[in-house]
Amino acid sequence: MNGIASTTALTALLSLIAAWLVLGALGLARPNSIRWVARTLFPVGALIALGVAGTGAVALTAHFSAQTAVLPLGLPNLPFHVRLDALSGFFLLLLGSAGAGISIFAAGYFRAGEGTAPGMMGLQYHLFLASMALVILADDAYMFMVAWETMALSSYFLVVTQHRIPEIRRAGFLYLLMAHVGALGILLCFGVLQGGSWLMTFDAMRGATLAPAWASAAFVLALLGFGAKAGLVPLHVWLPEAHPAAPSPVSAMMSGLMLKVAVYGMLRVSWDLLHAGPWWWGLLTLGVGLGTAMYGAIFAAVQTDMKRLLAYSSIENIGLIFAGIGLALLCRSFDMRLLAALALAAALIHSFNHALFKSLLFLATGSVLHATGERSLGKLGGLIRYMPWVAALALIGSLAIAGLPPLNGFVSEWLLLQAFLQTPQIPHAFLNMIVPLGAAIVSLTAALAGYVMVKFYGVVFLGQPRERALEQAHPAGWLERAGLSWLALGCVLVGVFPQVALDVVGRITGQLVGATVQRGPSPWWMTPLASNQASYSGLWLWAGLVLVMAATFVLVRRFYHGRVRRTPAWDCGYRWQTPRMQDSAEGFGQPIRHLFGPVFRMQRELPLPSDPQPQYRVQVEEHVWHALYLPLSRFVLRTAERVTILQGGRLATYLLYSFLTLILLLVWVL
Amino acid sequence: MAHLNLATQFVQMLAGALLLISFAMLAERRSRRLLILLVWQGAVLVASTLLVASTAHLTHLFYSAALTLVLKVCVLPWILFRLMRKLGIERDNEPLVNLPTLMLVGLGLVIFAFGLAQPVSALATTVLRDTLGIALAVILLSFLMILARRKAFTQVIGFLSLENGLFFAATSTTYGMPMVVELGMALDLLVAVFIFGIFFFHIREQFDSLDLDQLESLKED
Repeated sequence: MNGIASTTALTALLSLIAAWLVLGALGLARPNSIRWVARTLFPVGALIALGVAGTGAVALTAHFSAQTAVLPLGLPNLPFHVRLDALSGFFLLLLGSAGAGISIFAAGYFRAGEGTAPGMMGLQYHLFLASMALVILADDAYMFMVAWETMALSSYFLVVTQHRIPEIRRAGFLYLLMAHVGALGILLCFGVLQGGSWLMTFDAMRGATLAPAWASAAFVLALLGFGAKAGLVPLHVWLPEAHPAAPSPVSAMMSGLMLKVAVYGMLRVSWDLLHAGPWWWGLLTLGVGLGTAMYGAIFAAVQTDMKRLLAYSSIENIGLIFAGIGLALLCRSFDMRLLAALALAAALIHSFNHALFKSLLFLATGSVLHATGERSLGKLGGLIRYMPWVAALALIGSLAIAGLPPLNGFVSEWLLLQAFLQTPQIPHAFLNMIVPLGAAIVSLTAALAGYVMVKFYGVVFLGQPRERALEQAHPAGWLERAGLSWLALGCVLVGVFPQVALDVVGRITGQLVGATVQRGPSPWWMTPLASNQASYSGLWLWAGLVLVMAATFVLVRRFYHGRVRRTPAWDCGYRWQTPRMQDSAEGFGQPIRHLFGPVFRMQRELPLPSDPQPQYRVQVEEHVWHALYLPLSRFVLRTAERVTILQGGRLATYLLYSFLTLILLLVWVL
Repeated sequence: MAHLNLATQFVQMLAGALLLISFAMLAERRSRRLLILLVWQGAVLVASTLLVASTAHLTHLFYSAALTLVLKVCVLPWILFRLMRKLGIERDNEPLVNLPTLMLVGLGLVIFAFGLAQPVSALATTVLRDTLGIALAVILLSFLMILARRKAFTQVIGFLSLENGLFFAATSTTYGMPMVVELGMALDLLVAVFIFGIFFFHIREQFDSLDLDQLESLKED
């Protein structure tokens, strides 16, 4: 390739990102017009997102070599470097394809008079998208941090769209605080990675040779920094606060896309910039990931707010992704490249899947919220009658996230389990015993995720409406449905053609690990390891499912036709039933609350049997909040108070400080 | 001590006068007399600069002497005098530390300043190298004055006296600063006094007094 053609994809990407920014600025031309900002600009933004996805996909083709460029931006002698390789291409594909669905949905979603002016919101929204793309493209620490902080700030302003509500401001503050703590970790990590050369380009960091202790320090800092953004326990506290506070498309972006950008950062540092490390890196990441997955699943099961439930479910999925990364790191430290590639492929595919189905579900809650004005699961129900489209598409998302075949969630969890099942090959006795436990935890988490989704879907869409007002719920507009359908289509496609996904991520594992998991000999089957061990075909399963369903339908029609009797359901002998007597979200979560009692910090108020108006109240909080964050904040406040003694308010004291400093400095000079 | 020529002896006498005036300012409580002392300080500074200029044959020092004369002996005291009349400032309150203690601390500072100047003046090549200690002492004493007084007006005079000390340090070690720097400083000083004047009015409006102890009530709890 010649010099000009070799950066075509990169140039196209940068122009697309610039177009996003222009789009954001255009929104300010008529900042209060929903018709202009939402109905006109957002669909264009979705088209740009498709372009980004397409260009990202170019980087994943077989004969693509990494493209780099130096931008005429940044500080003097410190220009921005950008680079497009398979890893960034994959995450751009993720960003673009899920972002397109979200933008289309958002075009129909935003209404006038909801907090920030639409034009401002459009600016923040597209700035957020562009900064995420720039984080993925950045090839030096300086640009990475600038884009990273832009991403954090623009999303903060999106979270506090409805800033008149104190809880939302509080959630936004918590998010900003954690974002800064995380950014600090990343900054220090880059500081270590430059290894004394003081060059901030990733190229220099790749070439730097670090002492083992410093490499480990960099790794732990990266885990801390990116973990805070991704929501690893115990740095996850901002997630269940910020996601419900934000408007639904923003929740979808943060959960579906921004958490993946953090995953990208972790992969970039631990696989590209750092060289193979000791095995405890992998074990640490694996342990934290599995703990996070379990924790998220358990807490999701007891939530009564649908967006909080989804936020905890995001924590769970991030945990699974990090478990995959951890397992891959573990295998890399023993130089088991194929196995590392398998685990990494599972983590990558799961990232992609999660971007699709979590965005889908968050958007569906947005439609529900707009149709009913309710977020609390206790006041919803039976919406499948009033919003059939949303219900059907949310069903696809729920099935996918629950990890049921033939949808995409199953593929990545299956691959992850396959990787875990191969760990007895690890030449280390202790790890041989420990790591298979991880497989058990992954299975348990998957089962809990299924439980959570039954709860979510069942309480929101099935049964009877629990409130009278729900009967006025209106179906979602066509733009909202289009956005949801796009994401659902992605879930189905990845589920049915998993071998294509495996091929695609094979490009990345080839770049990072030096090994690629083959899809297997047959074009219809995915056989990652050996055909006598395990293989899976989404298409055949899909075909089988369709066949069985069709056969059942035909048989029922043929043999039972006309023999259907309609009678009222058995009312247990109690005639005065109301829809409120259905199983509630609290009731559904009760077994989990009981089983995992010590994990929660619960406050329950049980009514007396004689109470004529019984009230039942349960509040579930996290131990980590009371055990870690509150003492920490008290400590900071106390220390700050001690320091404020310096600021006594007397001018003479302040002057004395300068005077003494002057004298001391003079003495020191002497 | 080696034999010194008349001009050098004269300059050293002026330096001594400068130090004496600084001590007098430290002890003075009436605003009007303080202002007069400041004028004297400026005049002594002008005289010493002129002497240095004529012995070392440096034309730019003549200019800076003229600048000092105009600014520090005429314009600034005049502005301050008008301010004083307008604001009706008669005298400062009791200093934060009582006067004998203040004097003792001042003495300590002078000794410290001389000790500090010794290695530096050994390196200096000008006629005035022995006076660097005095210049430093004037700076430290002025700082002490700012520190120990309560009224904003007195502190401004302390600030101007500190600037005089700096100027003297510059002439005594290196025959003054480049003209551009000196002009810049002169302008800064003028602007600073204007701003101080505005602040006086604001502070008085807010607290009905120029007593800076009142500023303590601004502190947040």
